[in-house]
Amino acid sequence: MIPDVATIWTWLDQVPDPEIPVISVVDLGIVRDVAWHGDTLEVAVTPTYSGCPATSVIAMDIETALYDRGVRNVRIRTQIAPAWTTDWLSDTGRAKLLAYGIAPPSPAGGPEACPQCGGTALTRISQFGSTPCKAHWRCDTCLEPFDYFKCI
Amino acid sequence: MTDQEALFEYLLRLGDSTLILGHRISEWCGHAPVLEEDIALANTALDLIGQTQMWLGLAAEVEGAGRSADELAMLRDVWDFRNLLLVEQPNGDFGQTMMRQCLFDAFHIELLTALSQSDDNRIAGISAKALKEVTYHLDRSSETVIGLGDGTEESHRRMQAALDLLWPYVGEMVTPDAVDTAMHAAGIAPDLTALRARFDTRIDAILTDATLVKPDSTYAQTGGKTGFRHSEHLGHLLTQMQWLQRAYPGAAW
Repeated sequence: MIPDVATIWTWLDQVPDPEIPVISVVDLGIVRDVAWHGDTLEVAVTPTYSGCPATSVIAMDIETALYDRGVRNVRIRTQIAPAWTTDWLSDTGRAKLLAYGIAPPSPAGGPEACPQCGGTALTRISQFGSTPCKAHWRCDTCLEPFDYFKCI
Repeated sequence: MTDQEALFEYLLRLGDSTLILGHRISEWCGHAPVLEEDIALANTALDLIGQTQMWLGLAAEVEGAGRSADELAMLRDVWDFRNLLLVEQPNGDFGQTMMRQCLFDAFHIELLTALSQSDDNRIAGISAKALKEVTYHLDRSSETVIGLGDGTEESHRRMQAALDLLWPYVGEMVTPDAVDTAMHAAGIAPDLTALRARFDTRIDAILTDATLVKPDSTYAQTGGKTGFRHSEHLGHLLTQMQWLQRAYPGAAW
C-alpha cells in the first residue's frame, strides 16, 4: 500500500536537522512539497544557505528515513525559488531552538533575549557564527556567549 | 556570438567570479587575525562557492555539452575563466582582503538586486537567493573597511594603500562590454552604466565614513571577464584549487 502524503509529512517531521538535531527538517521549513509521481515519491527541498554543507546530508537523511519506512523510489528535487526564509521556521521549531540555547530569528535583526538567562542587554560578537545560518552574540547580564539563528 | 553563447559567457562571469573569490578568501582559513574573522571569512567563502554551484550548474545546462558544474570549475584553464580581475588579486594583508571584499560586495549587491528582476526565471531565482547572503557580506565588509579606515594611523595607512592598489580593478565590474550589452538587450541583465551610478553612491558613502580618499582616476584594468588577459595570479590560484582533479582525474568524495 502506498502511504498517503500526510503520513509522509509526519515521517519527515522526525528527520532531524544534522547541524541542529533538536529541530526537524519540517520545523526548519526546508521541505517545500511532497508528492507521488506514479510509484516515485518526489520531495522538494530548498537549501537554507547556498553553500550550507548540511544540504547534501539532509537529502541523504530524508532518503534513508523514507527507505526505512518502505518507500523505495524517492526523488529529491532541489527547489531554489522562492528562496528559503527564516519566516518558514515553525513555531514549534522556534521554541525548540530556544530550549536548546539558540536564540530564534527575530525581525528586529538581533535576538530578543539571552536564551540562557533571558537578559536583554546583548552584544553582537560576529555576524557569522559556527554555521552559515547563525550569528555569534553575548549576553551582557550573564556574560555567556550564545548562537543566534539569523534572519534571512 | 549567438544569444545562447552570450548567455553561457555571462553565466561563466557570474559563477567564475564567485568561485575565484570564494577560493581566495578560503585561503584565510586558519590564518585570520582573530577567530571570529576566520569563521566569518570561511562562511563568506562557503556562501560564494554555494552560489557558484548554482551559476555554473546553470551555465553547464545552457551550454548543453554534457559538462557538469564541477568540470567547469576544475577542468578549465586560465584562458577559459571569465571572472573579474578584482577577485583573482592576492589577499595581501587582512585589510587588503577586506577592501577587495567590500568593493566586490558593493557591486555584487547591486548586480543581484537587478538580476533578481531578470526575465530569465532561473537567473532571477538564484539571484534572489544569493542576495540574502550578500546583504550580510556587505554589512560586514563595509563595517570592517570603515572601522579600519577610520581606525589607527597604521590601519588607515594600510586601507588607503589597499584602495589605491585595487581601484584600477573596479572599472571592469561596472563597464559594459558586448556580452553585457547583449544580455541587457535580451532583458536578462541590467544596464551596467545605470548600475555604476548606484555602485558609486554606495562606495562613496562607505569611503567617506572610512575617511579614505577615492583615487582620482578612471583607469581600468580589463581582460578578466572577457578572458582576454588575466593577471598572473589566476594561474597560481588554479594550481592550488584544481590540484586534486588534475592529479587524480575523476576523483570523487
